[in-house]
Amino acid sequence: MKRDPNDLQRYTASERANHWVVGISFILIALSGLALFHPAFWPLSMLFGGGVWTRIIHPFLGVLMVVSFAAMAVRFWKLNVMTPTDWEWLKRAKEMVNGDDHNMPIMGKYNGGQKMLFWALVVCMALLFVSGILIWRAYFSGFFPVGVVRLGAVVHAAVAAVMIALIFVHVYAAIWVKGTIRAMWYGTVTRPWAKQHHRAWYKEMTGK
Amino acid sequence: MPLQSLDIAARSATTTPPPGIRKTLEVAKLIDVTKCIGCKACQVACMQWNDIRDEVGENHGTYDNPRDLTAKSWTVMRYSEVESQERGLEWLIRKDGCMHCEDPGCLKACPSPGAIIKYANGIVDMQQENCIGCGYCITGCPFNVPRISEKDNKAYKCTLCSDRVAVGLEPACVKVCPTGCISFGSKEDMKDIAEERVVELKERGYGNAGLYDPQGVGGTHVMYVLHHADKPELYNNLPPDPAISPMVSLWKGVTKPLATLGLAAVAIGSLFHYVTKGPNEVSKETEKEVEKELEEEGKQ
Repeated sequence: MKRDPNDLQRYTASERANHWVVGISFILIALSGLALFHPAFWPLSMLFGGGVWTRIIHPFLGVLMVVSFAAMAVRFWKLNVMTPTDWEWLKRAKEMVNGDDHNMPIMGKYNGGQKMLFWALVVCMALLFVSGILIWRAYFSGFFPVGVVRLGAVVHAAVAAVMIALIFVHVYAAIWVKGTIRAMWYGTVTRPWAKQHHRAWYKEMTGK
Repeated sequence: MPLQSLDIAARSATTTPPPGIRKTLEVAKLIDVTKCIGCKACQVACMQWNDIRDEVGENHGTYDNPRDLTAKSWTVMRYSEVESQERGLEWLIRKDGCMHCEDPGCLKACPSPGAIIKYANGIVDMQQENCIGCGYCITGCPFNVPRISEKDNKAYKCTLCSDRVAVGLEPACVKVCPTGCISFGSKEDMKDIAEERVVELKERGYGNAGLYDPQGVGGTHVMYVLHHADKPELYNNLPPDPAISPMVSLWKGVTKPLATLGLAAVAIGSLFHYVTKGPNEVSKETEKEVEKELEEEGKQ
C-alpha cells in the first residue's frame, strides 16, 4: 500500500531497527528482571525456560540492551540537547497532559519531555550497566568486596524500577499522541501531525 | 524436597505462610573453641557423611586446608596465631561454616521460591534443586559462607546434617569430635552447657570468656564458646556484631513492594489518563492548514 507521498520521513530504517533491538531487549530484560525481583513476578521466569535460564540469560540481554542503546544515543544525543524553550515546554507540560496544547511553545524534532526522557534513560542505562556487572555472580561479583556488591544490588533494583516506569510513560505517550507509533513502524508521520506537535521541525522539513 | 516438610518456619521468595502447624524444639550446635585441638576430624566426617571429596589443595604455609570454604568443603578449620603482651602466643582454632542464623541473610536475599528454607528447629538448608545459581545468598550472608559450585552453579553450605537431625541423629561433626568440643541438642541446653563452661574458663584466668550467639541475626543455631568473647575478630575475623546488611534489607525490604506498587500506579494511571482525558489527536484546524499549504504548493 502506497502511503501519502506528502508524509514526512522521521526515522531511517536503520534508526528504526536500532530502536527495536533496544525495545525488544528491554522487554525481555524487564520481564526476566522482574521475575528475579519479587516473588509475585516469579512466574515470568517460565517465559525463559525456568529460573536457571532466566538467571543465565538476563545479564547477556542487559549487555545487548546497553550496547544497542549506546548506538542509539550516539545517533540522537545532539538532537536532545536541552534549550530554554524546552524548559518552558516542561513548565507547561501539565496543561498538555490535561488536554490543552494551544499554549505550548514551538518544538523542534523533540520536545522537552522527550529530551528529559532521553537523558534519564542515559543515566539509568549507565547505572544499570555498572551495578549489573557488580552483581553478575558468574563472572564478576567475586572481584568486588561484598559491600560493593550489596550496594550494586540495591542500585540495580531501584534504577530498574525507575527505568521500567519511564518506559511505561514513553510507550503511553506514543499511544496517547495519535499518529506517533507509525514513526517507529515505518518511519513516516503525516504533515498535520508534525505541524501540530513539532512545528519547528515541520518548518525545517517543509520550509513552511 | 525437604525432609521435614511439616516443620518449615521460612521459605525463600515466598509471600504466603509455609507449612508450619507443628512446633518443634529449637536445636543448636555448640562449638567450644577452647577444647578444640585442630585435628580436622569434623572436616573429614563432614566429607564422609555428605559423600563429597574436595580437590587436594596446595600448602599455603598455614594449617588451613582447604584454604577457604568451598562448594565441596562445608566446614573448614581456621588457625589463627595471635600474639599479645599478657598471653604471648596463642593458637586460636575455629571451625568455620554456616552459623544457621535465626534471621538468615541468605534466605532473605534468595529470589528463587523454596531454594532456601529454615526449618522450625532453626536449621537453614539449601534446596539445590530449586537453586538458580544467582549468588544472592552470598550477597546476603553476614558470615561469607555460601559457595557456588563451578561444576553445577548451585549454592552449597553446611546443612547442620538436617538429614541426620530429621531422624534423631546428631550432626556428623559432633559425632566424630574426639575432645567433646562440639555438642548438639536443644538451644536452651547448649546455652546451659556454655554457661557452665564459661564459668570454668573465667576461673582459669580467661576473664573475657563467653558465648557467641550474635543477636544482630536473632541468635544463631551454631554457637561458639570463645576464650576472648570480647574480641571475636581474633578468631579469623569472626564478625563481632553480625547483622543482615542495611543494603540487603533495603533491597529485599521496602524496595520490592514500593517499586511494584509504583509501577502498577504508573500503568493504571496511564490507562485512566487515556480514559478521562482522551487521546491527543491532531486538530481539524491544523489538518486544514496543511491541506491549504499543499494546495498552494500544487498551484505554483
